[in-house]
Amino acid sequence: MSALIKHTPLPDRPPPSSQTGIVHWAKQHLFSSTTNSLLTLASFYVLFLLVPPLVNWALLSATLEGTDRSACEANGGGACWTFIKIRFNQIMFGLYYGSHPEQIWRPVLAFFMLIGLVAPLFIERFSYKGLLAGFILLIFPFIAFALIHGAWLGLPVAETNEWGGFMLTFILSIVGIIAALPLGILLALGRRSELPVVRSFCVFFIELWRGTPLITVLFMASVLLPLFFPSGVDLDKVLRALIGITLFQSAYTAEAIRGGLQAIPKGQFEAADALGLAYWEKMTFIILPQALKISIPGIVNTFIELFKDTTLVSIIGLLDLLNMSQTAAQSAEWRGYDTEAYIFAAFIFWIFCYGMSRYSQNLETKLDRGHKN
Amino acid sequence: MLGPKKMSGPHKTPNPHNIPWHRNPDIRGYIAQGLLAALIAWGLYVIYGNTVTNMEARGIPIGFGFLNEVAPFGVAFSPFIDFTLGESTYLTIFFIGIQNTIIVSILGIIAATFLGFVIGIMRLSPNWFVSKFASLYIEIFRNIPILLLIMFWNFAVFLPSLPLPRQSLGGDGFFLNKRGVYLPKPMVENSGAFIAFLVAVVAGILVIWGLRRYAKRQQEQTGKSFSGLLAGLGVLMVLVGLSALIFGSPFIFDTPTLGRFNLTGGIEIPLPLFSLWFALTTYTAAFIAENVRGGISAVSKGQWEAASALGLSRTHLLRFVIIPQAMRVIVPPSISQFLNLTKNSSLATAIAYEDIVAMWAGTALNQTGQALIIIAMTVLVYEILSLTTSLILNIYNKRIQLVER
Repeated sequence: MSALIKHTPLPDRPPPSSQTGIVHWAKQHLFSSTTNSLLTLASFYVLFLLVPPLVNWALLSATLEGTDRSACEANGGGACWTFIKIRFNQIMFGLYYGSHPEQIWRPVLAFFMLIGLVAPLFIERFSYKGLLAGFILLIFPFIAFALIHGAWLGLPVAETNEWGGFMLTFILSIVGIIAALPLGILLALGRRSELPVVRSFCVFFIELWRGTPLITVLFMASVLLPLFFPSGVDLDKVLRALIGITLFQSAYTAEAIRGGLQAIPKGQFEAADALGLAYWEKMTFIILPQALKISIPGIVNTFIELFKDTTLVSIIGLLDLLNMSQTAAQSAEWRGYDTEAYIFAAFIFWIFCYGMSRYSQNLETKLDRGHKN
Repeated sequence: MLGPKKMSGPHKTPNPHNIPWHRNPDIRGYIAQGLLAALIAWGLYVIYGNTVTNMEARGIPIGFGFLNEVAPFGVAFSPFIDFTLGESTYLTIFFIGIQNTIIVSILGIIAATFLGFVIGIMRLSPNWFVSKFASLYIEIFRNIPILLLIMFWNFAVFLPSLPLPRQSLGGDGFFLNKRGVYLPKPMVENSGAFIAFLVAVVAGILVIWGLRRYAKRQQEQTGKSFSGLLAGLGVLMVLVGLSALIFGSPFIFDTPTLGRFNLTGGIEIPLPLFSLWFALTTYTAAFIAENVRGGISAVSKGQWEAASALGLSRTHLLRFVIIPQAMRVIVPPSISQFLNLTKNSSLATAIAYEDIVAMWAGTALNQTGQALIIIAMTVLVYEILSLTTSLILNIYNKRIQLVER
């Protein structure tokens, strides 16, 4: 009898061949109904119209050889990547480093130092995060400035008005977000404060910047700021833009952090009060560590916006990545290659913004530990 | 020993008599606020003093007097406000700036909403290609700076590829060239016919409204449904047609005609306006598409299944069950996007479209040097736009809250 009873289940039978494989996938996703099939065919047609000319222009008949425009003119038709190759240093590092390629190691070193310093912050088991973050925020900016600006240890001076390209875009956005962080924290706390004067001031300040376009803020920084200071003070153009960007960004950072503060359960505040902690102790040790953690995705999102918005400094005459590419394309040597310049700039912006937005999405899922309920 | 006391709030101390005054949170609060107020007042005082000194040193009179001075520069685009070079004042320039900002924003909002909905729905399409196209579009346009996009469309696409006015594309009153887009301009010739046309339109709208109410009551009582909107539109068209037959055509069209070197007549949409509108639309549509996708996916699957189980047709399912619920999620962030679009329209200055920032905070500021007043007025305009937007948002949020159970 017992020989008839099997105690181990038989292995699952494979799905029928009509339910697997590429044919099934195509049936389900491309040809599930008449409309769907028509859409698929239309898509093929659109792809046929778009892809071959694009690939042809950007890759197949593009020019990469040569050192001047004659190479591109001889080739005709395709994209002129020679232009980007020749002007690469200028587009990435600005006028000074563009014409002094032997000095480029300075910004590159600063950049890799920053990456090397920031990397341990992402290792979960690294235990000196606070110390390292303090170093990055308080001491590293001076090292980076000394490296990039020079006039120190015999390094030749690179004046700030000759900074430019991607380097300037990067500096403006990084300094903007870091300088805006403490201000944003204070504003966010102030907005939720029970003191009416503090609260109304913070609400006014935040809403003032949030309602205004950044370009107006930058105009304000470039024409109004010099009026506000005593006549002897001469503010650097880059510094003025940085002040404008920081004030503007602090309002958005404050709103991102306020979101985090609101997500902290009331019990945490009450528990801190019950322990007899004073306001700043309660905030520094109990509330902010939790709230900041939740608001990281929000802050990253505002950072992406800021990174894109730094292009606006080109309107007040700074040579950021966009303006530098455009200027390069308008030089007598390379006139007429605007499309390549814009596409290259767009490509760099796209890589950074897309990468950061994916990171922030991942973080959001990872940090979502039931605070939202 | 202290007995159990009621805690009335985090900042009310249980026993204010036992602690020294400088540790009492209430008193500390007053001191902190006093200090902050004093600091702000001092800062404003210093800034004001410096500004007055600096402006005097530059020989710029402080005050609103310059608003009545004649503006020494021309304006290329002002469809609704008259501008005469040598007569119009700076105040007119200010209003033309606001007008042009509003024009490009409204055109952009309409087009971006439409394109955003199309792409958002494409994103949810069961067809793999269509869905991937939409997500490619969203990921490309969301992650590129809007200023780059504006300059790309204007300097790299439209300006090099469009022909000179002499070889304008198009015909029959519609033209496209390097200077812009030309369309026929409707003009009122016969005011009687125009009034008849207006009366017909108003009557038609009233009929649509009445028919829709009637259709709704019919459906509630008998379960039979017919489209009040379609029937009403039919009536509207008949009414307009009748008014045109009896009183004559309400408009004559002033069509642009191709001269030897240029186009004359019609509506001219300058290329900067067109490029700006195009860039704002393509950029904002990507964000609205994400809102639309998020809103529709936020409606739980059970709602689709329940509605199908009730035997609703696909149109009814979407119209009565899915869209009303999705709209609640879609509308609030989309209104913020509309505000962003309006703020982004300030980048007009990069391609010389005469909006408020380009013309007022740019040209007029350079001419007069009145930085403080001009920037303050510009900021005020945007603050008003932004406050209006949040007001609309709050009203909408209240309305949809009432609809909830």
